[in-house]
Amino acid sequence: MAGNSNYNPTNKVEKWFDERLPLLRFSKEHLMDFPSPRNINYWWTFGAVLAIMLIVQIVTGIILAMHYTPNIAMAFDSVEHIRRDVNYGRIIQGTHAVGASMFFFAVYVHMFRGLYYGSYKAPREILWILGVVIFLLMMATAFMGYVLPWGQMSFWGATVITNLFSAIPIIGTPILEFLRGGFAVDNPTLNRFFSLHYLLPFVIAAVVALHIWALHVPGNGNPTGVEVKSSADTLPFHPYFTMKDLFVVVVFFIPFAWFVFFAPDILGHADNYIEANPFVTPAHIVPEWYLLPFYAMLRAIDFDVFFISAKLGGVIIMFGSIIILMVLPWLDGSKVRSGSFRPMFKPFYWLFVLNFLLLMYLGGQGAEGIYVILSKVATAYYFGYFLVILPILARIETPKPLPSSISQAVLDKNK
Amino acid sequence: MNIKKNIFAVFAVITMAISAAPALSAGGGGKHAELQKWSFGGVFGTYDTNQLQRGFQVFYEVCSSCHGAKLISFRNFAEAGGPEFSKDQVKALAAEYTILDAELEEGERTATPADRWPSPFETELEAREANNGAFPPDFSVLAKARNLPKKFPMNFYDMATAYQEGGADYIYNLLVSYEDEPPHGVEIGDGQSYNAFFGGGLSMMSPLMEELVEYEDTTIPLTVEQYAKDVSAFMYWMADPHLVQRKTIGLKVLIFLSILALLMYLVKRKIWAGVKH
Amino acid sequence: MATNTKEESTRRDFLFVTTGAFAAVGGAAAVWPLIDQMNPDASVKALASIEADLSAIEEGQSVTFKWRGQPVFVRHRTPSEIEEAKAVSLDDLKDPAPDSERVIAGHEQWLVMVGLCTHLGCVPLGQKPGEEKGDFNGWFCPCHGSHYDSAGRIRKGPAPKNLVLPPFEFLSDTLIKIG
Repeated sequence: MAGNSNYNPTNKVEKWFDERLPLLRFSKEHLMDFPSPRNINYWWTFGAVLAIMLIVQIVTGIILAMHYTPNIAMAFDSVEHIRRDVNYGRIIQGTHAVGASMFFFAVYVHMFRGLYYGSYKAPREILWILGVVIFLLMMATAFMGYVLPWGQMSFWGATVITNLFSAIPIIGTPILEFLRGGFAVDNPTLNRFFSLHYLLPFVIAAVVALHIWALHVPGNGNPTGVEVKSSADTLPFHPYFTMKDLFVVVVFFIPFAWFVFFAPDILGHADNYIEANPFVTPAHIVPEWYLLPFYAMLRAIDFDVFFISAKLGGVIIMFGSIIILMVLPWLDGSKVRSGSFRPMFKPFYWLFVLNFLLLMYLGGQGAEGIYVILSKVATAYYFGYFLVILPILARIETPKPLPSSISQAVLDKNK
Repeated sequence: MNIKKNIFAVFAVITMAISAAPALSAGGGGKHAELQKWSFGGVFGTYDTNQLQRGFQVFYEVCSSCHGAKLISFRNFAEAGGPEFSKDQVKALAAEYTILDAELEEGERTATPADRWPSPFETELEAREANNGAFPPDFSVLAKARNLPKKFPMNFYDMATAYQEGGADYIYNLLVSYEDEPPHGVEIGDGQSYNAFFGGGLSMMSPLMEELVEYEDTTIPLTVEQYAKDVSAFMYWMADPHLVQRKTIGLKVLIFLSILALLMYLVKRKIWAGVKH
Repeated sequence: MATNTKEESTRRDFLFVTTGAFAAVGGAAAVWPLIDQMNPDASVKALASIEADLSAIEEGQSVTFKWRGQPVFVRHRTPSEIEEAKAVSLDDLKDPAPDSERVIAGHEQWLVMVGLCTHLGCVPLGQKPGEEKGDFNGWFCPCHGSHYDSAGRIRKGPAPKNLVLPPFEFLSDTLIKIG
């Protein structure tokens, strides 16, 4: 990445500034001149979408914090106050709530793109692991944000999720009480969740900076998985990819606006319009849709394994399902990055995608009958894909011949 | 490619088969809901002021003796996009109520349009004592706290059509589905009334009956269905008072974004013209 | 060929400028709600004006109303207080104003003022019976010792101005609308 800079200060002031703080040089290098493979496709634009979504969430979130009251007696009413009385409050609050869903939709597209094109493989392991860290932080942030309106789903979601920690042997209960600041989810819990919900997005922003740094060391991957070999393979980031990314961002905003303005509540749950009541549990407690696959895996473990109780087992599986992504670069030993050149990999990959959607569906169903069996099968496939299928494929698969370079691949395609 | 398609087809069939089985479950677990046509549904949806005024009348004369709406301020009734009563009407309505105000020596005062609507009971305990142990829920956001959730894949259809009126449909169906006697074999509690939509006994008796409320507009039928529809619409407005403003702005935003998307596409195409990628 | 390229480049610039301008307009429109949300909200604005019933205030009595989060002093002045206020020479006043400018003609007995000292915003004493009324039979600010007379005018002490009159009108003889 070094040496890409063709920044030349045009006047004395710029030169003076550049010698002391090369901010403009840095921006030009990384936001404008940065060489990106010319063949990266639309799936690569979701990084930009995610950056914009983080900004949208932080801006609307700071605004909501100006009007919200983190106290169990007033939280529910203060959110309604935002919707009813604050100027444009209904739209700003709706943007924040729908924005969480759109954020997760984009992050899933981004992650599945990485899984298909082998974006986690050397030399991008750190880049990938930082991405998983961001994903974990996003889940924590979204979960705590969902508690703030203090509806029934907020309360019972907080109760159920904090209870996960009680599965830890011996120190489980002290940890549970530590997290809640009490014996049950109550005002101290709401207060600290508010504080952390405000803090974590800035932590995410910091990790995103590292994520982009780690991206700019090896540079972007691309659909062929062949590394950049010469300047003929690349185009400067601006204007080619800035404009392509912005185009997608605008298109992405269309369904976003659709939900915000015409169906702001459809992605949420009606029960969250009932104020929290510690004595009545809603008939069906489900997390938000984007957490459903992991919730399904948690519930799939309803049996003890040796000394591990079903409860602890579920928690291990749920956290394990994300932790396993961190070691993925060392599980998939295939030398070929891109799934496009891996004939055996492809069907397993698409089955993995469908399996993930199935888990999402199952997470929203009651824990009974066929759903339980399907959950177990789907959980097994989720882990089997990483632990068994990918390592075996790396040994037995014969990949298709790779193009000699990106520019060669582009030439072949345009023939 | 073929494998991909086949897998998808098999998967789609399986999931549909699974989801079709419990698709009949209505909100309360009883009989299937009859969906109404609401003026506030859809992209161009807007409240019918006359209907909201009638709904208010039903709420005021029938429901408000037990149910509160504590998030509603009297001034809301005069705001654009709502029942749009006149300022004087709202002032007169507010003047019927007393507000407890600890800042005053007398401890209470007459309500003004700026005040929230006081609930009929001060505490939940008081409400339960007056209602045979049952707690009449507050109506402020009830139309959004009730819903007719649909199973996959119909939930995606609802998203594409922006069907958000499940709460109004729920309330309407509940109000028109009271029956004198529970069907054979169904047990209901003491003092409860059987509701076919709910699929069991409710502590609330059927609150509506024909010609219970006199409408000023004599062309409107004085039926339980009409009352139920009007009060459901009114409750939906209470739960989402800025719906009209939201949809009006939304339409402009969508048009703007569509044009900008087209322009951005052209810009992108121009920049990439002649570049092999 | 050369003209073609030139035309092409003009068309290109036109498209870029149009798109940029269009996006800028939309961006500006989107920013406004983010700013406007900090303005007073509907529940605050609803309290921008209040109605105050004066019928229960007897001669010589004072009552404090809450208006826009601040105290409003209403005094039902006695004839002697009115006379006292009228008799003051304008030359003796730091912020000269005749009594007629302090009240509404025809309702001289009603003095309506924002109850905040014009010095640094403390609430002066003198509303309740038995409270210190200062040297001029009006109000006395205990923070820094400002004395106001029976028309709420500053007579002594550090305050620069008379007590501020809020905008108000009489809806009837005993009902006023403040704000």
